[in-house]
Parts: sequence; C-alpha cells; structure tokens
Amino acid sequence: MSVDLIFKIAGIGILVAVLNQVLDRSGKGEYATMVTLAGVVIVLMMVINMISKLFDSVKTIFQLY
Amino acid sequence: MEIMQIAGIGIIATILAVILKEQKQEIALQISIVAGLVIFLFVITKLEYVVEVLSTLADRVDLDFIYFSTILKVIGIAYIAEFAAQVSRDAGEGAIASKIELGGKVLIMVVSMPILMGLLDLIMKIMP
Repeated sequence: MSVDLIFKIAGIGILVAVLNQVLDRSGKGEYATMVTLAGVVIVLMMVINMISKLFDSVKTIFQLY
Repeated sequence: MEIMQIAGIGIIATILAVILKEQKQEIALQISIVAGLVIFLFVITKLEYVVEVLSTLADRVDLDFIYFSTILKVIGIAYIAEFAAQVSRDAGEGAIASKIELGGKVLIMVVSMPILMGLLDLIMKIMP
C-alpha cells in the first residue's frame, strides 16, 4: 500500500549520494554536508509519520492505552 | 498470495539498502525501517482478525477479561521493543538496543503485576 515510499526514499538517498560526490569533486564540501543533512531530514519526516501510524495501529490492536 | 508480496517488498528493500550502504548509512537504515513498517502494516489486518477470534474464544470460556488483555498488552510491548531494538542493532548500536529491551522487560513486569498479585493471593488461600 505504501510500497512507493520505499522507492521514494531510495531515490532521495541515491540523489543525495550523487549530489554529494559532485559537490565534493567541485570543491564545495560544506554544501555537500548541507545536502546530506537536507536529504536525511526529508527522509526522516516521511519515516516518522509512518512510525506513528504503526504505533497507533499497535496501540489499538493490543489495547495498549 | 500475500506472502509473495511480502517477500518481494523485503528483497527489493534489502537491495536498495545495500546500494545505499557505503555512501549513506543513515538513509539505508531508514529504508530498512520503512520496509519493516510496510510489511507490518500489510499484515496488521490479519492480526486484528486473529485477536478478535481469540477474544471471542476467551469470552466463550468466560475467562476473566483482565487476563486476556494483559496477555495482549505484553505481546504489544514485546513486539514494539523488539522492533526498535532490532533497528538499532542493525545500525550497529548494540548498547541502545539492550537499553530498549531492558525498558521493555520492565514495562512487561509492571503490566503483569496484578496477575502476579492474584496468583499470590490464590496460593495464600490454598495454603492451610
């Protein structure tokens, strides 16, 4: 159902990796770390609301109030 | 069948995680977390059905509801603790994983305390 999320995150990861290489080669190291940070933050946003969905469903199923 | 989809998702996520392993460990880790989530959200409807059948069985045997709900709570706590501990162990953080498991054990003890008390009372009654 949200399988495309895996591909989205993989795409962002590959994009960030490539951008990092390009920026490193062209001598802009600090931008490379910025891009890495931005990539990780974006992916974290997606993962966090999925984790909260998991915890809500587990809470309802196992009556863990 | 669902198992094909689950296996397919798992394999694809593993491949993507391995691709990103050298450059970006953190994003590879998040891919494995999301894969676990997707598979669990996929299975959850079946789990709900099993829990409902078990609770109807428990009602039919007129088992006291607190025992069954405590069992469910313990299973839920154990599952979430194991999920988080496994994720942090994958990332190489064994120390954090063991702390999460410690927390899980303590919480399970706390949840199962009333049943322990009931058992002790029962034993006291039986003793002459």
